[in-house]
Amino acid sequence: MSDVIHLEFDVAGNNFVSAGTATNQVKDTLRNLGIPNQDVRRIAIAMYEAEINMVIHACGGKATADIYADKIEVVLEDHGKGIENIELAMQPGWSTASEDIRGLGFGAGMGLPNIKKYTDEFKIESEVGKGTKVYLRVNFS
Amino acid sequence: MKIKDIVRILNAEILFADEKMLETEVNSACASDMMSDVLAFVKDQAVLITGLCNPQVVRTAVMMDMVCIVLVRGKQPDEIMLKLASEKRIAMLSSPLRMFGACGLLYEAGLKPEG
Ligand SMILES: Nc1ncnc2c1ncn2[C@@H]1O[C@H](COP(=O)(O)OP(=O)(O)O)[C@@H](O)[C@H]1O
Ligand SMILES: [Mg+2]
Repeated sequence: MSDVIHLEFDVAGNNFVSAGTATNQVKDTLRNLGIPNQDVRRIAIAMYEAEINMVIHACGGKATADIYADKIEVVLEDHGKGIENIELAMQPGWSTASEDIRGLGFGAGMGLPNIKKYTDEFKIESEVGKGTKVYLRVNFS
Repeated sequence: MKIKDIVRILNAEILFADEKMLETEVNSACASDMMSDVLAFVKDQAVLITGLCNPQVVRTAVMMDMVCIVLVRGKQPDEIMLKLASEKRIAMLSSPLRMFGACGLLYEAGLKPEG
């Protein structure tokens, strides 16, 4: 399987019920390819956190996944409100989520730290008023 | 401990699980209402104990390859949650106990966070 598999997804904003479907499809695809469980889980958790962020903090966006023989790269891009201070946003526990979002089980401020923890590479670019772009890479063991 | 033992210990209602799933071995547990806390925890064959009741609970369990969800305080999942759980073959239980009591009983019965 040296060929690249390219997947594209529209992530609907403000649809809390469907949030996670893009990640689910990526996870199922990797499973079917026989990628080791621990690697599938790492990218699934990281992409899911990023997908949830796009739904709760931006108004949805686009996600792409490129699967190679030895790694997966995921890019999530939105045109939401952007992040003012990325260093602050990366701190465990720091969150701008509303009480409503917290009531739904998110907004603990652990999303970005989780993403960093589970990926082999994590890049985030953001501009206030323009949007946010997240790049994730997980190498297969 | 098996899923059927959890059913007995927590006096739980089985909302989704077949005979085979009830025999599934559970090695560790994670209890939280915040899904990112759950996502920070990786263990094989784990059970999720939560008072939260929405579809993202099931999605979180799916991402973590968890085998069982226990809703405490008698929470009842909606159809979307049940459909997701059955598609992904995750056992769904509802216990009348509160979170602390449910965790205490499972811990006492030998289920440990480390697995
Ligand atoms: N895609 C995004 N668009 C706008 N803001 C974001 C986005 N992702 C993260 N953020 C900001 O970074 C903060 C921290 O994110 P995260 O660690 O995932 O925690 P949480 O989502 O629980 O608040 C968020 O509260 C939000 O202010
Ligand atoms: Mg988040």
